[in-house]
Amino acid sequence: MRIQYSPNIRIVEMTCTGNIDHRVILNAFEEGADGVYVAGCLEGDCHFQKGNFRAKKRVNAVKKLLDEIGLGGDRLEMYNLSAAQGPRFAEIANEMTAKIKALGPSPLNSPAGGCCGCSKEGATN
Amino acid sequence: MIIAQQKPIKEIAAMIADCKKVLLAGCQGCVAVCLAGGDKETEILASALRIMRKLEGNPLEAVTYAATRQCDPEYIVPMDDLVKDVDAVISLACGVGVQYVAERYPDKWVVPALDTKFIGGSTVHGVWEEKCGLCGECILHRTGGICPIIRCSKSILNGPCGGSQYGKCEVSKDVDCAWQLIYDRMKALGRLDKMMEIQMPKDWSKSRDGGPRRAVREDVIIE
Repeated sequence: MRIQYSPNIRIVEMTCTGNIDHRVILNAFEEGADGVYVAGCLEGDCHFQKGNFRAKKRVNAVKKLLDEIGLGGDRLEMYNLSAAQGPRFAEIANEMTAKIKALGPSPLNSPAGGCCGCSKEGATN
Repeated sequence: MIIAQQKPIKEIAAMIADCKKVLLAGCQGCVAVCLAGGDKETEILASALRIMRKLEGNPLEAVTYAATRQCDPEYIVPMDDLVKDVDAVISLACGVGVQYVAERYPDKWVVPALDTKFIGGSTVHGVWEEKCGLCGECILHRTGGICPIIRCSKSILNGPCGGSQYGKCEVSKDVDCAWQLIYDRMKALGRLDKMMEIQMPKDWSKSRDGGPRRAVREDVIIE
């Protein structure tokens, strides 16, 4: 199966989404990501039972924080899919890319923000 | 432990609006345990403030440090080098830590990132409740291990009052009547007779009524 998906995704592998920390997400934005999405296992399928549910809570907390500080919680999402869902993985990658493209580059990357103006997108798995 | 919660980030940002570089000083004591001001929370706040200020076109340099605890001056000393070139120190300690940091660096703008709430413990991960009123003279041996000073909304010593209904306080249906809890526990322990003992009025001078308090142990003071 050779499925194409948006080439602008940078995958950051983690042992489990339950290991997702607010800092990892914020760091991705500080390092230039225009958007970040967390791809966890299907709900109910966590090998560690609650990892993806815990990640969901943290993602929601960071979305709220991003709204408060003006970057916008829309730039962060959480998806659930299994390792066997290749087509769904590509679909999510394309969906998130389209969403972030519609939102435009992160204002942190604009010249006024003092960055290089690059257009990267961070993804965590 | 001391329970604290972070202030709204916009309030914290407003306190350091005119600063270009700040030190965020966390504390690995109580506020780390109640997830308000430990290493992790310090780094999250630093990151959020940097992003916020960059978006405003007024970048902020934010460095972090987490002291073993800020309520002992000796643990603040290692911050000396970091404090030298910052415009302000944001302390993520309780009110005690903020004051010790301010005393250590008299020429620095020191601001609190947390609201210090109460002395308590956790019921489950993420939920904390008030348990001690710091009255200065513990009476838990007379009240079945349940503190009426802080857990009774009126802090009365001869409860329950008329506002106690079906075990709940009139203040809220979510608040147990402390005196109902005390009665139930003393009854279960077979010690209801203890509740009939005449008690002298409580000496509130040992509480805040006596002004700021000090505790001294001569035998451990290092000359």
